[in-house]
Amino acid sequence: MTKTLTIDGVTIPFEDGQTIIQAATAAGIYIPHLCHNPEFTPHGSCKLCTVKVNGRNCSACTFPAMDGQAVINNAKDLNADRQKITQMLFVEGNHFCPSCEKTGNCQLQAVAYHLNMLDDHFPLFYPHRELDASHEEILIDHNRCIFCTLCVRASHEQDGKDVFAISGRGINKHLIVNSETGLLKDTDMSASDKAAHICPTGAILIKHTAYQVPIGKRIYDHQQIDQVTLNSESEHDK
Amino acid sequence: MTNKIRVATTSLAGCFGCHMSFLDIDERILELAEVVVFDRSPITDIEHCSADCDIGLIEGGVCNSENVHTLREFRKNCKILVAVGACAINGGLPAMRNFIPLEDCLNEAYINGIGVENAQIPSDPELPLLLDKVRPIHEVVKVDYFLPGCPPSADVFWKFLTDLIAGKEPSLPYNLVHYD
Repeated sequence: MTKTLTIDGVTIPFEDGQTIIQAATAAGIYIPHLCHNPEFTPHGSCKLCTVKVNGRNCSACTFPAMDGQAVINNAKDLNADRQKITQMLFVEGNHFCPSCEKTGNCQLQAVAYHLNMLDDHFPLFYPHRELDASHEEILIDHNRCIFCTLCVRASHEQDGKDVFAISGRGINKHLIVNSETGLLKDTDMSASDKAAHICPTGAILIKHTAYQVPIGKRIYDHQQIDQVTLNSESEHDK
Repeated sequence: MTNKIRVATTSLAGCFGCHMSFLDIDERILELAEVVVFDRSPITDIEHCSADCDIGLIEGGVCNSENVHTLREFRKNCKILVAVGACAINGGLPAMRNFIPLEDCLNEAYINGIGVENAQIPSDPELPLLLDKVRPIHEVVKVDYFLPGCPPSADVFWKFLTDLIAGKEPSLPYNLVHYD
């Protein structure tokens, strides 16, 4: 007998060891997320994938799928919470889309579009954050970091380099670089590393490539993030 | 007096790009003019809002004392106040000065800048005082609706205004929501 759970009333199968988000992706159901990537160990920090499991809020990227679970995903209150979380991500950093090289290819922006976020709601922090342009091929703009740790995980798990870590807590949380100077140029990071291509926002960019595709012709200018994500992530899970 | 819907518009710390985009509704402006009359606006050159404006469209963020007065005048006189464009919503490009002390900005522009002659920081009492930071308008007054984009496309203006004029709750479909 195949084990099953339901998401928004739809019965889907799953295999032992799968998380809810993995089962959902395999069944073609999109659960919004930013810090989750099927290639790396789940982190459960962005909370966008919060779903209701048997009446309780859980992160779908870390919570194991279990037989008979009743999961609520695409509900008005959950999407309202997700929009508020996204607005908080926007106001606690400096996300000026019109002047960002990543615009149109940015997952943070695309999730916000998906949630029909039209404003920031909260007062803006305008925190003072640095730019690290020291590396020949890679730029770090800390203004746009949302602490998803994807670069940390990619560098550790795939590149085997441990270039990045998160330091500090709460409002003092920040991305740090593993070199004596704290600068990226003094690490062994290269533009072909996975960590250089994993950032969901414009915080880690490959130099000299920014406007090769013009604004208006980029990924999320024409496709919604749910379809883009399901296509890429279900491919990976196969 | 007409029964037309009164629309007031202004640009605070903005570039008038949102106004230009609004005018990109092209010939649809004739259709709009059947039901709408413009009050205070760069289009009419009327200096102050009438007390009975229906819709106020605000482009740009708040960067100086005059912006604050103008924004409050709009809020007081407009039943519905709308933040138009990235700068009104999050400060936008002008807010990128928020990371540089105001004194440094003024020195760079008026004292140490390349090609500056007769260097002095403008201090005519007629000039509005700059705020230490550029702020989005929702931090100063209550805002009823937001039209994102840099600028919002003509179709965003059209969809929003026609929804509102038809008595519907305005909404923007996915393809009209852009932050760039």
